[in-house]
Amino acid sequence: MKHTISVLVENEFGVLTRVAGLFSGRGFNIESLSVAPTLDPSISRMTILTRGDDQILEQITKQLNKLIDTIKVIDFTGQDFIEREMALIKVTAEEETRAEVLRIVDIFRAKVVDVTPRSYTVEITGAPAKIDAIVELLRPLGIKELVRSGPVVLGRGSKGWKGAE
Amino acid sequence: MKKTGSQILLESLVLEGVDTVFGYPGGTVINIYNDLMDYPIKHILNRHEQGAVHAADGYARATGKVGVAIATSGPGATNTITGIATAYMDSIPLVVITGQVPTALIGNDAFQEADIIGITRPITKHNYLVKDVKDLARIIKQAFYIARTGRPGPVVIDLPKDVQMASTKFEYPETVEIRGYKPTYSGNPRQIEKAVKMILAAKKPVIYVGGGVTLSDASNELLGFAETIQAPVTTTLMAMASFPRNNPLSLGMLGMHGTYYANMAITHSDLLIAVGARFDDRVTGKIATFAPHAKIIHIDIDPTSIKKNVRVDLPIVGDLKDVLQKMVADLGGHADKVKELVATLAPWRQEIDGWKAKHPMAYQASDKIIKPQYVIEKLRELSNDDAIVTTEVGQHQMWTAQFFEFRQPRTFLTSGGLGTMGYGLPAALGAQAAFPERQVIDISGDGSFQMNSQELATLVQYRLPVKIVILNNNFLGMVRQWQQLFFDRRYSQTCMELPIDFVKLAEAYGATGLRATSPDEVEEVIKQAFATPGPVIMEFKVAREENVLPMVPAGAGLNEMVLAS
Ligand SMILES: Cc1ncc(C[n+]2csc(CCOP(=O)(O)OP(=O)(O)O)c2C)c(N)n1
Repeated sequence: MKHTISVLVENEFGVLTRVAGLFSGRGFNIESLSVAPTLDPSISRMTILTRGDDQILEQITKQLNKLIDTIKVIDFTGQDFIEREMALIKVTAEEETRAEVLRIVDIFRAKVVDVTPRSYTVEITGAPAKIDAIVELLRPLGIKELVRSGPVVLGRGSKGWKGAE
Repeated sequence: MKKTGSQILLESLVLEGVDTVFGYPGGTVINIYNDLMDYPIKHILNRHEQGAVHAADGYARATGKVGVAIATSGPGATNTITGIATAYMDSIPLVVITGQVPTALIGNDAFQEADIIGITRPITKHNYLVKDVKDLARIIKQAFYIARTGRPGPVVIDLPKDVQMASTKFEYPETVEIRGYKPTYSGNPRQIEKAVKMILAAKKPVIYVGGGVTLSDASNELLGFAETIQAPVTTTLMAMASFPRNNPLSLGMLGMHGTYYANMAITHSDLLIAVGARFDDRVTGKIATFAPHAKIIHIDIDPTSIKKNVRVDLPIVGDLKDVLQKMVADLGGHADKVKELVATLAPWRQEIDGWKAKHPMAYQASDKIIKPQYVIEKLRELSNDDAIVTTEVGQHQMWTAQFFEFRQPRTFLTSGGLGTMGYGLPAALGAQAAFPERQVIDISGDGSFQMNSQELATLVQYRLPVKIVILNNNFLGMVRQWQQLFFDRRYSQTCMELPIDFVKLAEAYGATGLRATSPDEVEEVIKQAFATPGPVIMEFKVAREENVLPMVPAGAGLNEMVLAS
């Protein structure tokens, strides 16, 4: 089963390796990981996508909590949350395909952020499924390069985690 | 007044109450060693950094205080790894200080550089690279706090040479504030209430005790709890000494080389109360047949230990001392029901007594050849009641656990989790440094002894009168036993045929060496060793192919014990 976890950690060097090492040391797989500082610059927020049954997930969250640098672990499983990912897609845009690329970009409310005579670079944000979908449509037209950020998530509703509790 | 990094380190150690450190100097810690001469801290110069860390570990296990070791960068630091991992696996509080090349050179493959933070990350509770002398005092305060609180463990502080030399105003923080680290000490009262209900309803309970009881100094609470409900108690290797073996409720050790009756009790129990134990595979055997009829209550300060290996019906996170006290208090409120329980458990205790009578812990005695178990029994008989015993790893370790009959907490120091050969001698050294007046005995095999035998020099230099017992079978006995039982007696690389003269070796170092080759010499050698001041090696030429029994073969269930060869 897929799980989305947010981990709030001290923004210090070496913390990322600690978290990553915790996964690799126990043979747990990280599917995607994104990290950046929060409103409070002394705290970083990681969004981790991983897979495993309930027992594995329980171990993962407990182990994450056990790290001295971990301030809070939020497991979004079974919760309502907003999930967004960003991708940059460099797609072949020759005479015959330019219009088709632009049509797709328009339908997905994506943006062209770089143009050359032979390519468009498209920026898109959305749920990972939406990005999968545009990638599938652009693929036959020729994707030269693709980068995805991995999702970031926040819980829905007015409550928020601002820092110190 | 301003102080240098190395002075700040030493000031802080003094403020933490550190009186003894173990270590080995080198270029990147030369400033610390220089300043050390001005501070009231005793430094013991081990002969290898692994020895220094094991010694600090033995000191910590014997005293309950945080052990401290110092090593230089690069090879010094990498030599500490086995010691750190040993302490990590057994949750021993240590602070290990390693020198590091100057910050400007870190990452440049400088002379004697090693990424010790990277290397020790998976084997420490936490580690620090100090980049600014202004952070040093806070980091040391945190390191000691982290090492000894919650589930204890080793903490490494990597200290670059330029940080040792830089200076700043010294202020040792009074308190520690770490946002993400708040161990749970107090057991949840509702969970405890539920536990008491389950206990009062049990017919065949067993208390299964692990090393946590020693770590939280809860032996008395454990004894009170067990006696209140009159339930049998079985311990892991790590908990051996935390419950008196001569108490009628004691079942001794469980698991692979545990007693027949402990393993039968586990197999037939209807309630297992796990206290500071982690369901190691050497304890459970095949998980599917481990305590198949029992509900499980698991008490531990570390939530990650719970439900890691086995299903748990009732988890209680908290310090064992606190939880056991509350449990006894709660039981006190149900005096009538407790009385009833004690009566209800009578048939269960009888059933266990039946198993005890049928298969007691025993071995085949001999008057021709020295049986290792006999040596252990004699040691027990002739040693002081508060003697501290360390072991190496192998058959001798198991025989010690089986036959020494420990009675007092912190008197049995052994590498349980990692199983480190070479642990016992330096650990004994550390314990003896902590308690110069007490009797300290290292029980060893001929193989393990040779892993850190250089520490004999340290014993002699500091006049630490450790008594070393070598049960010499000229084999890596425990591996040979497996080869005999499971590999058709193909003794690949386990025969240590070269006859080392351990008596002469002792003498070469300036210690005393004694030897027994027949059973009638055993008692005399032990008596003479105990009467001799200073370190002594006692070499016993023992039966070469004796096996540790009973045994649960690897992968089998506790109910499938092999009782005799
Ligand atoms: C550092 C290390 N290397 C290897 C092992 C594997 N090992 C476990 S027991 C053992 C044999 C120990 O032999 P000895 O010290 O002579 O004790 P005996 O079993 O004969 O009592 C070995 C090699 C280990 N536990 N630790």
